[in-house]
Amino acid sequence: MPLLREGKVVHKNRLRLTGSFLNALMPLAGMLLALLIGAVMLLILKVNPLTAYGELISGALGSKSGITQTLVKATPLLLVGLGICIAFRASVINIGGEGQIILGAIAATWFPLTFNTWPGWLLVPTTLIVGFAAGAFWGFIPGILKARLKVNEILTTVMMNAIALQLMNLLVRSVLMDPAGITSGTFLAQSERLPEQAWLTRLVPQTLLNTGSLVAVGLAIVVYIFLWRTTLGYRIRAVGLNPDAARFSGINVQFNQALSLTLAGGFAGIAGAIEVMGVQHRLLEGITSGYGFSGIVAALFGGLHPLGTIPASILFGALLVGGDKMQRAVQVPNALIGAILGLVVLFVVGSALWSQRWAARRQMDAVKNQEELA
Amino acid sequence: MNDVFQLSVIAGILTSAIRLATPYLYAAIGETFSQRSGVVNLGVDGIMLMGAYTSFFVVLTTGNIWFGLLAAIAAGLMMGLLMSLISVTLKAEQGISGIGLYMFGLGLSSLLFKTTIGTVKTVIGFQSIKIPVLGDIPVIGAIFFNHSLLVYGAFLLVPLAWWVLEKTTWGLKIKSVGQNPAAADSLGVNVDKVRYASVCIGSMLAGIAGASLSISLLNLFQENLTAGMGFIAVALVYFGNWKPQGILLGALLFSSVNAFQLWMQVLGVKIPSDVAIMLPYILTIAALAVAVRRVQQPAALNKPFERGES
Repeated sequence: MPLLREGKVVHKNRLRLTGSFLNALMPLAGMLLALLIGAVMLLILKVNPLTAYGELISGALGSKSGITQTLVKATPLLLVGLGICIAFRASVINIGGEGQIILGAIAATWFPLTFNTWPGWLLVPTTLIVGFAAGAFWGFIPGILKARLKVNEILTTVMMNAIALQLMNLLVRSVLMDPAGITSGTFLAQSERLPEQAWLTRLVPQTLLNTGSLVAVGLAIVVYIFLWRTTLGYRIRAVGLNPDAARFSGINVQFNQALSLTLAGGFAGIAGAIEVMGVQHRLLEGITSGYGFSGIVAALFGGLHPLGTIPASILFGALLVGGDKMQRAVQVPNALIGAILGLVVLFVVGSALWSQRWAARRQMDAVKNQEELA
Repeated sequence: MNDVFQLSVIAGILTSAIRLATPYLYAAIGETFSQRSGVVNLGVDGIMLMGAYTSFFVVLTTGNIWFGLLAAIAAGLMMGLLMSLISVTLKAEQGISGIGLYMFGLGLSSLLFKTTIGTVKTVIGFQSIKIPVLGDIPVIGAIFFNHSLLVYGAFLLVPLAWWVLEKTTWGLKIKSVGQNPAAADSLGVNVDKVRYASVCIGSMLAGIAGASLSISLLNLFQENLTAGMGFIAVALVYFGNWKPQGILLGALLFSSVNAFQLWMQVLGVKIPSDVAIMLPYILTIAALAVAVRRVQQPAALNKPFERGES
């Protein structure tokens, strides 16, 4: 089993360090280019880009409410991004973040409403785990279909998004609908408010910032340890780096890909649970806010590294919050931010993954040389 | 429940199914060209949105449906060039670059819609044209021969695409580039050029798919008009085994289930609409799981080509 030899691991770490400067620079260049194109669009819309971007920055970072909102939005981005890191590292493309968030949110609404007598110290962690399990289940279905029947996961995760969305719409209009809405006759498509002991503690008074953000950062460290310090994590990365080599060295490629998709779903599920428990305190339509897609951007920007995804999530959280503020200040629709995010993805995969592939190739060559020498 | 089995209802469902299949056919057959050359373009939905917006805007301002159609094709071409640049020239991971293209198309079309149109308006788009003689056949005529030009075009595209892929040198080049780019390259085929052309053809068809919604079937535009139809189109390519005739079958199956659930709601049959909307997606997953055993995907699908490699 040449690939599992200790020498290679050491070797790879060294190469990763030399490559990291370039890898860190590429996304930033892509970001700048996307913002530049955004500036051109603003000019076409007859808005001064400096004013608009100035509003964006001051809106996101210029006040206590801006900064806390940025962190609130960064939290689901980070959690979805962590799942993306695991999945993409195993060469599995998870586009099902939206659906997995929804499943986590549904479960994290149903559970505390049902077990509403449990004390908070028990209810909060259990609900988070239930949210994880629900999201993981939604990721497991495409995972097992890929592993057993070789069904393309891109397609199934997209379908699962559509199914989850309809499932939520159905539930908030039927069994989960707020009884108050039924008696008062408003029939709002939302659930009852969660019992207070299931709420996540607010970290700053008068803001939405809650302990969910700390959970997310903690999980980022856990995922880092998982991917780089455990055998299971090593296998997942090996599968992504070279599936054939992984197979020859006795790693079950299918199992690891299904596992990575399940875990990715689980982290998105926690994101949904935290949106419910920490921010909205109930289930309502539009709970995902597109985090399932923008989380992909954050993970890519963070170099598919759990710790790199932390600052990337804050950056994109700021962009989303600033975009809303910009919309109000200079009447530029915040859809501009969506377009810029799309360009960032295009430029980052056009550059960074390319350079990573070169790095991977250099590694393989180096390993080959090393083995020839030995 | 008796209503369901009346001839007029069945005819209604089938007529709707033919109409609803139109955008899927354009987009999925376009994607077939792209994938046969080895490029997965997941940004179809974003391209459709751009096509739908530009054609709608042009028809709204000029009143000329043909200008609108041309604008959709041009928008598709621009998006196709962007996708090719990233995926062919820069050899990016195609699944992810497609998502970027989707987000870009969704964001840009929403931005343009909000700044140039603002509210939901309607236009007079392509009108239904009854084909002489055939259109007068009872029932059959109404189902098949009384549609707009874009609907007829979508169904004519199926044999046309089959002919191009199976009977022309150009089709052979596309397939060889998707099957074994190194061999094609050694025989003097310019791999990148063929892939650029295939992705751009696919994207222009995706643009038309968007136009078929905004200036023919619905005659309106709103944010995220397509609501994920482009992704279904990509799934249909796998379902149809990368063959136009297979895609026709898949598109009709999908649109029939959709038309059925729409008519059930019209007739007031008691199934929750959310469950009904879920049905086509569940069906597609099931179909993919069943169909996948006989699938022969292009060998170099999703693999950027690098000279002198492998």
